[in-house]
Amino acid sequence: MERELACGDSGAGLYFLEGIQAPQLSAARAAWGGPMNHLFFLLTVTAYLCSFGCYLASLLSGREWSGRVATVLLGVGLVAHYYALLERSRGLNTVPYHDLSGSMSLFGWLLALTYLSLEVFHRQRSVGALVLPFVLAFFLFANATTPDHNTTVPARGVAFALHVTLSILAYAAFGLSCVLSVIYLAQQRLLQKHRAGGILWRLPPLELLDRMSQSSVFVGLIAITAGTALGFLWVDRLTGELWHYDPKYVVTLLVLAAYVIYLRLARNPSWRGSRASRLCIFNFAIVIFSFTVVNLFLSHSHRYF
Amino acid sequence: MEIVLVGLNHRSAPVEVRERVSFTADQARQAAEELRLQGIFHESLVLSTCNRSEVYGVPPETSRESAAALSDYLSRFHAVEPEHLSASLYRHCDRHAVRHLFRVASGLDSMVLGEAEILGQVREAYRVAHESGATGPILNRMFQGALEVGKRVRHETELGTRPMSVASAGVKLAERIFGKLGQRTALVLGAGTISEQVVSHLRDRNIAHLYVMNRSRDRAEQLAREFSGKVIGWDDWDNALALPDVIVSSISTEEPPIKSAMLAKAMAARGNRPLLVMDLGLPRNVEAAAADLYNLYLYNIDDLTQIVEQNRDARESEIPRAEAIVEEHVEKFLTWQASVELIGMVEVLRGKLKEERAAFVRERVQRLPHLSSEQRAQMEALMDELLEKLLLEPARRLQGEKDLRRKIQNAEAIRDLFLPGRERP
Repeated sequence: MERELACGDSGAGLYFLEGIQAPQLSAARAAWGGPMNHLFFLLTVTAYLCSFGCYLASLLSGREWSGRVATVLLGVGLVAHYYALLERSRGLNTVPYHDLSGSMSLFGWLLALTYLSLEVFHRQRSVGALVLPFVLAFFLFANATTPDHNTTVPARGVAFALHVTLSILAYAAFGLSCVLSVIYLAQQRLLQKHRAGGILWRLPPLELLDRMSQSSVFVGLIAITAGTALGFLWVDRLTGELWHYDPKYVVTLLVLAAYVIYLRLARNPSWRGSRASRLCIFNFAIVIFSFTVVNLFLSHSHRYF
Repeated sequence: MEIVLVGLNHRSAPVEVRERVSFTADQARQAAEELRLQGIFHESLVLSTCNRSEVYGVPPETSRESAAALSDYLSRFHAVEPEHLSASLYRHCDRHAVRHLFRVASGLDSMVLGEAEILGQVREAYRVAHESGATGPILNRMFQGALEVGKRVRHETELGTRPMSVASAGVKLAERIFGKLGQRTALVLGAGTISEQVVSHLRDRNIAHLYVMNRSRDRAEQLAREFSGKVIGWDDWDNALALPDVIVSSISTEEPPIKSAMLAKAMAARGNRPLLVMDLGLPRNVEAAAADLYNLYLYNIDDLTQIVEQNRDARESEIPRAEAIVEEHVEKFLTWQASVELIGMVEVLRGKLKEERAAFVRERVQRLPHLSSEQRAQMEALMDELLEKLLLEPARRLQGEKDLRRKIQNAEAIRDLFLPGRERP
């Protein structure tokens, strides 16, 4: 049963792939690496790169129109990235989190989506130049690694798909809060050292960075809570037991607790500001630990999410 | 067609002269009107700020003396001796006048490089003149261009983005920490000039609550009244320090009156919410050790002055980019101006040729008595048609010429060859 849990095969937006029958698989796999996939890859990279360039120009020069163009290009990149994921899934007849490269690509997409939502919600663009490199790196790394062509897996259902997608969304949101906390600490240091140089005048105010970081963690907490609950539900349906021990569960609950504590302390007089930001960065270190050591060496039922 | 500018600014005239030659809005309207009525200008506009008084005008075509006439008018209007005023005035024509206005609107000619207020002042001066009917097509186009240049320079360069005074640098720093100041509280300790400047900037940013604390309660109440604030008693330090998000201190004192322990207590009382302290006093008002307190940002006068210096350098490095934008728009305006002049010139040429044709026909017809009146009319119509045909192609070529220099050369050649008595536009 544990091996059976090892790979997912359906995602929230890619669930239709379960309808593909065995004879169609070879044809579908042959399509992987086809012209449409290359087209969406190029479109995504171009849009993300141009968006990064415009965000950077906006940050360095303060040109508002450049920031607006960057936002539009990021939107274009997100759409192209979505279709790149879709084409990849069609070609391999599997969902993105079936293997490492797909999971990375999905992580990058959700990171960009979370950032864009925060940008629109808080009306603040100047962080884009510092987030886009991560999005781009995840997308390029995902495309540089060889996808898993060999494993075929049975369908698992919507609950499982949502469990995985929400978990990756949570990690993306936590990653974004980590980036925002790093910017907070860097800017605070500049202010305390009286180094009010060029870029400082265009970064978001400290209090806004703090609020953005908390919003991001809030999104992550909702996603990870819902995702974990769906995971337990799915295991319960599959095995008839709600609790099936896996070190990943323990670490996930630890991550959840750590971020709840962060949200609580971020409003505490002794912790608000830089201490809370440091805690946020530390919490993301636990997420990375969960993503790497736990997934690769300890967990029996989780691999790439 | 000329554009004339006569004026003075902070570079050409001391404040004693500037204040005598400044215009109120009503005076500006009156002067623009009088300049037109006296035939000095067809179109006129007065731009008057605390640092400059300038009159822009489009004189009648034959007027070569408009700049001198305008100088005389200014002397009379403000009752200043011409010889006293003359040394402070600058006079620019055409391209130089246009460039000057565009530089003014960009903040390149301001006392504080890149200051934002001047664009609003240019807009207001234009509105006043336009509403009173003092401007015409030339000045309308020129001032609309100036507003466009001003906006572009502010959007595309960093000429106006960084604070250039200690007071504005302090307020900008507060915005770096808190964002918008609409929900924030400020405390002003001491009621000196520099505090007043900071308070003025804070009020411009709609600070929610303002408290004033001063040894002299009368002075504190005066400042509080001026900026809609509240007074806190001089001895009520504990309450005073726990309230604000921003403290501006400029007290004259031997020993720092604000000890680190007092601020530590205040920070505890305010739940360690961030606090910006601007210590503008000399000697310093705040114990230096306070800078180590958690979430407290302490800036003294030297720190703020250093920021202003850095910003001045950064702004100056943007001058070439701003000048390039100005130059681009000057060319654009002159191209438009040249095309307008060409249309006028072709019309004059057409009129002159028709006059020639009429004189020619009158003279020749006397020698041809056998022509009936119908035949004569037909001949005149044919000659008119020929003239139109001859004029059409050169006029099109003149209009379509992209190179401004060549366009002007062509126009000058036509004027010299066919309209020798006409003034240079």
